[in-house]
Amino acid sequence: MNRLIPFIALLMSLMLSAFSHASALESQFEHLKSKKASEKAAAIHAIASTGEPQAEVILNQMLEGKLYYVKRSGEFVYIEKGEDKKYTAYSALSNDTVGTFKKRELKKIRVNNRIRGQIRTAMATLQLNSNDSDLRLKAVRNLRDALDANILPTLKSNLETEENSKVASALEVTIAAIEFAYGDLDLQLKSAHVLADSDDPKILVLFRKALEKTAKPSELSSAIEKSIEAIESRQKMYGIAENLFFGLSAGSVLLLSAIGLAITFGVMGVINMAHGEMMMIGAYTTFGIQALFPNFIDYSLFLAIPAAFLVSGAVGILIERTVIRHLYGRPLETLLATFGISLILQQAVRTFVSPQNQSVENPSWMSGSLEITESFGLTFNRLYIILFSLIVFFALMALLKKSLFGLQMRAVTQNRAMANSMGIRSNWVDALTFGLGSGVAGIAGVALSQISNVGPNLGQTHIIDSFMVVVFGGVGNLWGTLVAAMGLGIVNKLIEPWAGAVLAKIIVLVFIILFIQRRPRGLFALKGRAVEG
Amino acid sequence: MKDSFLMKDKAGLRMLSILGAALVIITFLNQAVPVDNPLHITTYTVTLFGKYLCYALLALAVDLIWGYCGILSLGHGAFFALGGYAMGMYLMRQIGDRGVYGNPELPDFMVFLDWQELPWYWQGFDSFGFAMIMVLVAPAILAFVFGWLAFRSRVTGVYLSIITQALTYALMLAFFQNDMGFGGNNGLTDFKDILGFDLQSDDTRIGLFLASGIALALGYILCRWIVSSRLGRVLVAVRDSESRTRFLGYRVEHYKLVVFVLSAMLAGVAGALYVPQVGIINPGEFAPINSIELVIWVAMGGRGTLYGAILGAILVNYAKTWFTGVLPDAWLFLLGALFVVTTLYLPKGIAGLYSQIRERQAEKKATSASSNTEPNESIPASQDAQKSKLVEEV
Repeated sequence: MNRLIPFIALLMSLMLSAFSHASALESQFEHLKSKKASEKAAAIHAIASTGEPQAEVILNQMLEGKLYYVKRSGEFVYIEKGEDKKYTAYSALSNDTVGTFKKRELKKIRVNNRIRGQIRTAMATLQLNSNDSDLRLKAVRNLRDALDANILPTLKSNLETEENSKVASALEVTIAAIEFAYGDLDLQLKSAHVLADSDDPKILVLFRKALEKTAKPSELSSAIEKSIEAIESRQKMYGIAENLFFGLSAGSVLLLSAIGLAITFGVMGVINMAHGEMMMIGAYTTFGIQALFPNFIDYSLFLAIPAAFLVSGAVGILIERTVIRHLYGRPLETLLATFGISLILQQAVRTFVSPQNQSVENPSWMSGSLEITESFGLTFNRLYIILFSLIVFFALMALLKKSLFGLQMRAVTQNRAMANSMGIRSNWVDALTFGLGSGVAGIAGVALSQISNVGPNLGQTHIIDSFMVVVFGGVGNLWGTLVAAMGLGIVNKLIEPWAGAVLAKIIVLVFIILFIQRRPRGLFALKGRAVEG
Repeated sequence: MKDSFLMKDKAGLRMLSILGAALVIITFLNQAVPVDNPLHITTYTVTLFGKYLCYALLALAVDLIWGYCGILSLGHGAFFALGGYAMGMYLMRQIGDRGVYGNPELPDFMVFLDWQELPWYWQGFDSFGFAMIMVLVAPAILAFVFGWLAFRSRVTGVYLSIITQALTYALMLAFFQNDMGFGGNNGLTDFKDILGFDLQSDDTRIGLFLASGIALALGYILCRWIVSSRLGRVLVAVRDSESRTRFLGYRVEHYKLVVFVLSAMLAGVAGALYVPQVGIINPGEFAPINSIELVIWVAMGGRGTLYGAILGAILVNYAKTWFTGVLPDAWLFLLGALFVVTTLYLPKGIAGLYSQIRERQAEKKATSASSNTEPNESIPASQDAQKSKLVEEV
């Protein structure tokens, strides 16, 4: 493919018989050699304004310091380093291979920072006319780096024809920024007003610099201050929104890790201290699947979710059949036995896999962010986790409330003897319920593998938090778990900015400890006779 | 009076005399037997035994509340660590200007953090007496506040276990903070001497070992006295049926609180004796896993027997030392299996093993006898089983 592009580009340039353009480019080359910065700048500008696709290539190579000319022939080339200190040169006009040269046969077109800024601006003007709106947007924003009054007319004419609203508003900001920098007082006042709506941090820098220059308080400085205030108050709002978003995503991690526990602890009354290790197994399943199919990382999670559910669920059923079955009605003993199991599982991973953390890759669609304004975006991985936790939650809710299995499960927990006599095999229901709780923990493990380290201690770091959520929300109440998880996540993130991460965690823990003293059965306690059962 | 409760406790007397003999023999083998003699016990080993004795005292504290009052605390390591920190602070102040930075007033880590003066809560720790009071008071205050809140609002069973675990976890996070003024991650270490005696010398180490043994013996006698007193009977009643006891007119939360605070103080003493022997105290001691592990010592030894807790603590820790030396990978497997096996097959622990076997034999006899007589005989047996089940449920 890479080899084809230059070829096609060459063909196109031939077919369009763009010789005149090529010579227009070529005519500027002599000026590039010049030592005078102004002459060089003019040449860059001229190259950009030819609007040639090749102009972009040339400017890009120049920006990277790869544009040279051959001393003997004077031909302009860009070079790639080859073997034996030799360089392969490609024609700057046609991308054809010119030959291999030694370094001393070539002469570099020197660039300094100022020239680089001009190149960037020139390239941005080139890209302004790109068909890709993302590229246009980026170009318009890049033009705010080095404000250049010369491009103002271009921008204004672009604004008239621009159809994409995002690009159009970005254009308005860039125009205003240039007018603010070079215009007269009236224009400055007007543009300061326009710029107050922008969220680009560069604008804030621009304002601050301008404020420093205007020593005396004037109409302009008060206008600037007003705009700064507007920007800052908006940014404060974004800060709060961002914290809320982080809180929601932290809460959904809590929800995911607690929801399986809400089933085993809340519905069955079994304290499963090995719950964290079920998550660990889920995370390691993800790791295993990625190791099996290294070429399909993007799709690995879709396979890992059911696989983790099955693996963790199977381990859960095994534990229920061999150990927990014998301990029903003895919660403290169950706690100790499952803690023993968690130690065994952890050590098994250390011995048979590795004591080190494993790296689980993120699929490409998890990276990036949903841009809301220029300084405020929601990262996709957090968004997906929030979404995913809610899907799991409601799927589980539906399973419990609408399916036959859910009905049997509720029947067994409410009155085992009666359920037995109605023909429900309560043993099987117990095993499957525990398997379900463990399987959901496995799914949580898949999500955790995307945001935290996957190692033998993964479970331990989450188990106390998960218990806190279930107890806080009220045992036996899935809605309570949802509210508790989101509430604790958000509270934690809201405290974090002024208290620090660790202190925030301590505060939340102490809060829960105190809260349980007030309401020993949690936020949404079951009422009536069920409590005593 | 005092004799009577001890005299009735045959197993306890046996345990105390074994402990006394062990103290004498180990000291003798270390001090009087020459080094090249195969019977000689190195000071390192003596310190190791001293450590086990501290753990045994800690296990005793847990058995007092779990075995006799049904309070399963998964955060008793916190009280142990608090006692340890109180002792550590005294030992830190004893270093004086012999630290790396040579500051006569401030411990090294404070100089390193660029602190100018001693924080208020470090004041007074240069006096041994004050430090010893704090060894008792600091855990007692925490236990009192926590217990008062928890028992008053009737937080029981697994809820209590989970929040005690949260408590020790929160404390661990807090002590990891450098700003707390307890040495952060590294904790308190590099101790030089205690009451003027060099901590590295053999004599001091033997002294600490003996002190741990004596503390354990006194702790045992105290616990035995409590559980055989009227208070102890109420505690057992609370364990077996809390609401019934409350309906009989006892202020359950007061009884629980008293024994919880006492237990915390015992744990604090254990921590204070532990720290000079191992030479360091750091936030790792607050880790929830430590507290859970010590519960299994008690469970394995036999809860509700007191001597069982001591037995369990020493056995498990000896096994731990041995296994982590020989087969480090296998230790957690074994510990995990111990949790599972103990809860499934040894509900009364090692101490109860003998009676468990005898009971089973008696049961066998009874069933073989009852099979050829009328079925009436088996009724009391099943009632008994029900009763014991009730006990277990609590």
